[in-house]
Amino acid sequence: MKNKIARIIAACALLAPLTALAASGGVALDKVELRVANAESVQRGAKVFVNYCLSCHGASSMRYNRLTDLGLSEQQIKDNLMFATDKVGDPMRVAMQAKDGKAWFGATPPDLTLIARSRGADWLYTYLRSFYRDSSRPTGWNNAVFDKVGMPHVLWQLQGDLELRTIEGKAEAKGPVARSWETVEHVNGKDKITTHQLVLTKAGELTRLEDGKANMLDFDERMTDLTNYMVWMSEPAQVKRESIGYSVLLFLIFLLVPMTYILKREYWSDLH
Amino acid sequence: MSKLQALTNTVVNWVDDRFPVTASWKAHMSEYYAPKNFNFWYYFGSLALLVLVIQIVTGIFLTMNYKPDGSLIPGTNVSVAFNSVEYIMRDVAGGWIIRYMHSTGASMFFVVVYLHMFRGLVYGSYKQPRELIWIFGMLIFLCLMAEAFLGYLLPWGQMSFWGAQVIVNLFASIPVIGPDLSVWIRGDFVVSDATLNRFFALHVIAVPLVLLGLVVAHLVALHEVGSNNPDGVEIKKNKDPKTGIPLDGIPMHPYYTIKDIFGVAVFLVIFSYVVFFAPEMGGFFLEHPNFDPADPLKTPPHIAPVWYFTPYYAILRAIPSFLGTQVWGVIGMGAAVVIIAFLPWLDRSPVKSIRYRGKKFKTALVLFLISFIGLGILGAKAPTELRTILSQIFSVIYFGFFLLMPFYTKNDPGTEPVPARVTETNTSRQLAFLMYVGIAILGSFVFAKLV
Repeated sequence: MKNKIARIIAACALLAPLTALAASGGVALDKVELRVANAESVQRGAKVFVNYCLSCHGASSMRYNRLTDLGLSEQQIKDNLMFATDKVGDPMRVAMQAKDGKAWFGATPPDLTLIARSRGADWLYTYLRSFYRDSSRPTGWNNAVFDKVGMPHVLWQLQGDLELRTIEGKAEAKGPVARSWETVEHVNGKDKITTHQLVLTKAGELTRLEDGKANMLDFDERMTDLTNYMVWMSEPAQVKRESIGYSVLLFLIFLLVPMTYILKREYWSDLH
Repeated sequence: MSKLQALTNTVVNWVDDRFPVTASWKAHMSEYYAPKNFNFWYYFGSLALLVLVIQIVTGIFLTMNYKPDGSLIPGTNVSVAFNSVEYIMRDVAGGWIIRYMHSTGASMFFVVVYLHMFRGLVYGSYKQPRELIWIFGMLIFLCLMAEAFLGYLLPWGQMSFWGAQVIVNLFASIPVIGPDLSVWIRGDFVVSDATLNRFFALHVIAVPLVLLGLVVAHLVALHEVGSNNPDGVEIKKNKDPKTGIPLDGIPMHPYYTIKDIFGVAVFLVIFSYVVFFAPEMGGFFLEHPNFDPADPLKTPPHIAPVWYFTPYYAILRAIPSFLGTQVWGVIGMGAAVVIIAFLPWLDRSPVKSIRYRGKKFKTALVLFLISFIGLGILGAKAPTELRTILSQIFSVIYFGFFLLMPFYTKNDPGTEPVPARVTETNTSRQLAFLMYVGIAILGSFVFAKLV
């Protein structure tokens, strides 16, 4: 039987390259470091969120006073994070009407309460860092993750200006390249590789051009905070949920399962 | 006798004179004799009952705060219904745990019921004299599917809305009455607030009521004829001449009640793991697009049902439209469910249990299992040419398993005769079982990666 299992595993290993092949094409998403239990990071993210996102997007199921879960007092929330309302129990509604948003941006800016659960954290993290200058768009901005997006680059002052360079074939990152990725197209049975590079042309408050190289670390770090805030906001109970979960599983695995098993053995021992 | 015991006896006697409480307890628990050789597969009946109770109790608490209202909150594109689910998740004390138990319970219900049905298939539990139990079971399964479909609309997310749209539109493909029928079901020309309200009513009271009645019928019918077992031996044929108790039978209580409690404990480990650590189950229990509020103007690029409907969805998509109508796919999907109910009459073999069946049935069963899992995986993915062809092949095998059953079960002698009495399981059987489970899981993963 051991032999059989070994053969099955070997067969699976042969299949691995096939699956890698199927995954090519499209923009690769960067992995975000998830640290939802890190209250300081989520607090910093909340600050970016209320300052930059909340002007157009609502978070209509998220109450301001839920931020107390992050260790903030209601007074701190009122003083630093509330601009649209004076009631700390109110949800994060946006002052802009949905139909106005549609008229101004071509689409109503979506509610962000649950965006991290529908799009995924990696998508948000990559999207937030992938805006570039595009004069053909009404807002002057486009996005490498979400082509022809209606949203302009709200964080432009922080990130600076990016431009998208498209090069045929594989190309090394030269100059201030912030991100680089390749796409593969199948043309006439051949793989046609295209390299895409987002190049930093003008540094922002959180990015630097050093010796012709782009330093995006501070901005990426801030976007990690923001993404983590949105992941936290999509389910504020998640930190508590997991901590309760450990106790529940410990109880079940080390107490209820063995106890009921012993009980069953005891009852069944008088059979035969 | 203590005073308390005397008092208890008085009360019980008083009730017994007016209602058969002791007689019922004896008939269904302490003097209901079940075969002593139940194995792993026999946990899922009681587990289905447990999940039913979980669903009803959590469901009651959910209705206290859920609002079946499709209208938008002024100034936003979020509906009252969608927001009320988030209200439960955030502002209701313990709301998130109740909601996750309910959403996880829905999927676990199907896990448990599919395994329960597979048990029936493997050990011939549907065969004479248990045909009616099987029929009641199939009606329960239908109710369960209706219940799952109706309940999935309630969060009023993108998949809720578009899933309902797709399924209700299936009815529109029925000739002549179709279009009117679909409008009658929706109560509107599109899925709307009217649809949400009636689905809510059907989900919380109409279908559960029927479901509960059928569960009672299922159990009463079972306790009338007695349980089958992994050997497919009728234990009532070998009774103790003095007591009239089956020699291979043991009382349901305390033996199987205690054993089932152990099963419940193990089940709760898995259930709690999902509830506390993976409530979305990677998008299979709670689909990612359903966290976007319903938008009637924005069709999602890929509308997929929840995992438990995917085998039937794959059959629906596999059947092409011809003679100018798409109704064939709908008929195929419906037939795929209904045909299971005819198993007692399709199976001609005198042998119940797989242990004593012949090669032909065993081969057919393996092919059926492969096609069912394969269809489930294909139904969850966006269609491509290869996937459609595979779905068609699997659909043919699926129906072939049932329609050809009268022929391949007729003369199919097993390698060993059915014993007169039940047998105990042994290590080689247990090892083989683990190996089959391993192959099935591994095979499913490899297949899902490849297609």
